[in-house]
Amino acid sequence: MIWDWAYTLEILPRLARAAIITVEATLLGFVFAAILGLVLAVVRLAFPKTLVPISVFVEFIRSTPLLIQIFFLYFVFPSFGIVLDAFTAGVLALGLHYGAYCSEVYRAGFEGVHRGQWEAATALNLDTWTTFRDIIVPQAIPPTVPALGNYLVALLKETPLLSAIAVLELMQTAKILGSENFRYTEPITLVGLFFLAMSLVSAMLIRMVEAALKRRYVR
Amino acid sequence: MTATPMVRFQGVTKRYGPLTVLDSLDLDVAQGEKVAIIGPSGSGKTTVLRMLMTLETIDDGVIYVEGEPLTHEQRNGALVPAGKSHIRKVRGKIGMVFQSFNLFPHMTALQNCIEAPVTVLKMPKAEAMERAAELLAMVGLADKKGHYPSQLSGGQQQRVAIARALAMRPRIMLFDEVTSALDPELVGEVLQVIRKLGSEHDLTMLMVTHQMGFAKEFADRVCFFYQGKICEQGPPQEFFSSPSNERTRQFLNAVLEAG
Repeated sequence: MIWDWAYTLEILPRLARAAIITVEATLLGFVFAAILGLVLAVVRLAFPKTLVPISVFVEFIRSTPLLIQIFFLYFVFPSFGIVLDAFTAGVLALGLHYGAYCSEVYRAGFEGVHRGQWEAATALNLDTWTTFRDIIVPQAIPPTVPALGNYLVALLKETPLLSAIAVLELMQTAKILGSENFRYTEPITLVGLFFLAMSLVSAMLIRMVEAALKRRYVR
Repeated sequence: MTATPMVRFQGVTKRYGPLTVLDSLDLDVAQGEKVAIIGPSGSGKTTVLRMLMTLETIDDGVIYVEGEPLTHEQRNGALVPAGKSHIRKVRGKIGMVFQSFNLFPHMTALQNCIEAPVTVLKMPKAEAMERAAELLAMVGLADKKGHYPSQLSGGQQQRVAIARALAMRPRIMLFDEVTSALDPELVGEVLQVIRKLGSEHDLTMLMVTHQMGFAKEFADRVCFFYQGKICEQGPPQEFFSSPSNERTRQFLNAVLEAG
């Protein structure tokens, strides 16, 4: 087996375009996950009655494979009259799946805020919303950044699952290139390298965010 | 004490499971009165403040603030458990300073003092900052406005906490063992601020304290709690010089020996 540099250069632009789709799916999925997770965690804390349904939902999502969730959104939802294009279904599934994980991370973050902070907020007559926004969330979130960052990288590395519903991300593009040219060595290897680079960059960005938050909040 | 008391506890009971922390407490505090609450640990003294601040629910009885029930409200002539907005309205009259300061660590001293006036009282930010600066100057921290709690000593943090509570213009201030977490050499500066408040402001104060000397000098009345009840109370001179109750004598002797 010999590495074909000409072929490599020929397929690189198409893979780079596909990498943009991968990055988009990752970022959109993660933003959705981060927001959904925060909403779940806050609602569960602010409204004790929602504790059981939210916990059941989170457990359900975490205990079923992401691939099945992707298929469900893409292939089963249309029978309920909800038709999503492949990219949207994929991003929603990623966000939903990782949102469930993120909500647990936030929960730990909230539990790490000293009870006295809530009591001081009550003594100052702050309402629940202001207490969350100004007092609790700014203290609860910075410690969760490393864990959330891990999920960002994990989510990135799960985006090849979207190839199963034919989203033209890196993996799907590599498979197409391979079958068109009957050469898989270069496309699959390049996809691996793309992911390696993107993971390293993500990890670096997370460390920068961590350091910035530390300067701002941890005193 | 003919006027409506500022605070009235009427048959207030608090239980934690089988343990009765406060047993049908009756206590009136007049406007402007300074009451020191002392007693051994587990006697329910901190619970008194925490219930008044609505940090604890009560199992029985009613607390009145300026004649208005705190934990209940009048509805169609009957007393029913209070709703959120009623509790917030009455709670606005009360400020509290905690043993562990509980400053917001991600905010500067000034930000700590303007957060509640701006978000709760809807005070314009400039006005809130001006008032906060005055209050910080009053507690002797004019030059620490921009410091974060972690950059301040315990005594300084506690003084910020006092300024923060005062920024809400409370009529009643609760001090819960506010010097217990401080190194001995920092106790004085905090007590000095409380003394100043007592002389300059028309505040009603309830303080749980282990500083017998301060209670004696500052309070109008000392209440000794034992096993969820007020065992003995009276003006500090009488209370400390000739306690009538055996429990009180034992407690005071123990405290004096330790101190």
